[in-house]
Amino acid sequence: MTTLASPLQQVIQRRETRSRRCILRIALLAAGVALLFMLTLMLGQSFTPPMDVLRVLLGQDLPGLSFTVGQLRLPRAVMAVLAGACFGLGGAAFQTMLRNPLASPDIIGINFGASAAAVFAIVVLSLDGPAISVIAVISGLLVAMLIYVLSFRHGIAGTRLILVGIGISAMLKSWISYILSRAAAWDLQEATRWLTGSLNGVQMSQAGPLLLALLVFGGLLICRTRDLETLRLGDDTAAALGTNVAMTRIVVIVTAVGLIAVATAMTGPIAFVAFLSGPIAARIFGQGGSLLIPAALTGAALVLVGDFCGQFLLPSRYPVGVVTGALGAPYLIYLILRANRSGASL
Amino acid sequence: MIATTRIPLRQSRPVWLALMLAVLLLLCALSVAIGTRDVDWPDIIAALQGRIDNISQAAIAARIPRSLLALLAGAALGLSGAVMQGITRNPLADPGILGVNMGAALAVAIGVAWFGIVSAQAYIWVAILGAGLAAVFVYTIGSVGRGGATPLKLALAGTATSVAFSSLVVAVILPRNDIAGGIRLWQVGGVGGATMERMSHVLPFLAVGFVLSLISAKKLNALALGDDMAAGLGERVALARASAALGAILLCGATTAVCGPIGFVGLVVPHLCRLLIGIDHRWLLPFSALIGACLLLASDIIGRIIARPNELEVGIVTAFIGAPFFIWIVRRQRLRDL
Repeated sequence: MTTLASPLQQVIQRRETRSRRCILRIALLAAGVALLFMLTLMLGQSFTPPMDVLRVLLGQDLPGLSFTVGQLRLPRAVMAVLAGACFGLGGAAFQTMLRNPLASPDIIGINFGASAAAVFAIVVLSLDGPAISVIAVISGLLVAMLIYVLSFRHGIAGTRLILVGIGISAMLKSWISYILSRAAAWDLQEATRWLTGSLNGVQMSQAGPLLLALLVFGGLLICRTRDLETLRLGDDTAAALGTNVAMTRIVVIVTAVGLIAVATAMTGPIAFVAFLSGPIAARIFGQGGSLLIPAALTGAALVLVGDFCGQFLLPSRYPVGVVTGALGAPYLIYLILRANRSGASL
Repeated sequence: MIATTRIPLRQSRPVWLALMLAVLLLLCALSVAIGTRDVDWPDIIAALQGRIDNISQAAIAARIPRSLLALLAGAALGLSGAVMQGITRNPLADPGILGVNMGAALAVAIGVAWFGIVSAQAYIWVAILGAGLAAVFVYTIGSVGRGGATPLKLALAGTATSVAFSSLVVAVILPRNDIAGGIRLWQVGGVGGATMERMSHVLPFLAVGFVLSLISAKKLNALALGDDMAAGLGERVALARASAALGAILLCGATTAVCGPIGFVGLVVPHLCRLLIGIDHRWLLPFSALIGACLLLASDIIGRIIARPNELEVGIVTAFIGAPFFIWIVRRQRLRDL
């Protein structure tokens, strides 16, 4: 004789299946990213068999291949994964906190804040290495604070925040163009890197600091997942559920800006990855659970695919930011059109 | 309340007009006299009489077309901004924010890279075409659905389009190292390379644009009451909008072709004018042209002074003046209006 499960047990069971399904999907997505990573190492101007790639990765010295795979393809792929994860994580955190898919760091100008500082540090102050990342993070935080203060009037409103961000971005972009046009060794590749983002010229030595930033900032952010999720319900409800709203907001802003700024200092503001990752992850995972980890994986996949397309699938070689910029803009337009149809307030 | 503000306004308009004309003359004189190189008065006067005997006089001779171009471009951008704000009834409308400048830039990049256009005339036609297409595209996206074209939707549609277009500009020019540098510099937006010859090509377009825009003043006044009311007053709304838009697009497309995309002039100027002389388009439009010319001349002079011995392109100066102004407007608007 079967006994009807009590409602409590039903809820527990349903929760368990949901979380199991969620973990399964995350594992699948991670496997997908790993597969893409392998593919970008295998494919290029010439095809490299997977076994040879693995041998190079394990440190064997294969004539020729050690150079193409180990020196040319590996730094790009590693940096693509790390930077993509940083952008995706930071973007999803902002979108969740501000409850608006449009409030991603690349639309409200934080990416350009970091990029402007990085350009200034490199061109005018002739710095290199970790100092650039530090300056980019500080400047990203300052820009975030500025946008927050400027859009604060009888409380924060999403629309005002976005419009203020658009204004600030315009100013920062012309600042970047100005510095670049004055730089001695000015060339287009460099300019595109700081305006749209590119993986050209990344080095393996940059991967360590980026990974560190991802672990520290990302770890802190993910520790706050529960509090961040309650913020979705509105500030009052979140406070009633025991979340320290102000503290959570500060932690989320600092960590997300940190992630975005460090990645930007190395690859430039890769256009729209932060903006796209969250919504794409939401499509795969549904709106229920936290989107942070899925968004990080999606961001990594986006940058890997975008860079590969820019390198090999198009008639000439394009930096990854051009590809993601051309991809992201139609999505933004689609978002505007859809919001219009459903009558949402935009 | 209305009566008390109206009467001084009517009296103050001629005063403002005279004052701004005086400012414009002063700025023209300053624009010729001030630059990277310090020039003595005798040389300035000699150069104005057409003599080019030494470097100083040659410098002045180069500043004259530059000042003229700044004057024309500023007037065109200010006027086109006022017309666009009138047509869309939108306080944030500006050729830069709506992505119209980027449309012109993309069209020019494609024309140069793929079709090998070289003549100044072709440049202008292509830029105007691109500006027109971008304007229609952005306005369509921004205005479908409920609520029509709200400032936020238009600004976002413009931003998205600008990003897509600038990605495409990079994609078009990246394989062509021979033209990339030129287009990149052109994209910053400046009046430095002006010559009388280049300006002569753009004058007819600007003239048509000025006329079309200025004669639409009455129609814009009617449109400001709302489409239904304007139709009730006997205005053919779609036609009025189209002709005014054509004028605005001619102005900003032709300006972009010569100077590159210069942002925010079209945004700032009409707002300033409304503060000074009110909302009547018959006064607002000519005043926007006048103050636009003043603003661009002043920006160009500032750009020459603050970055000595280098020069700051005027497009960068206007962005730094205009973006804070944009933010100020956004803050001033009530939330439900956004």
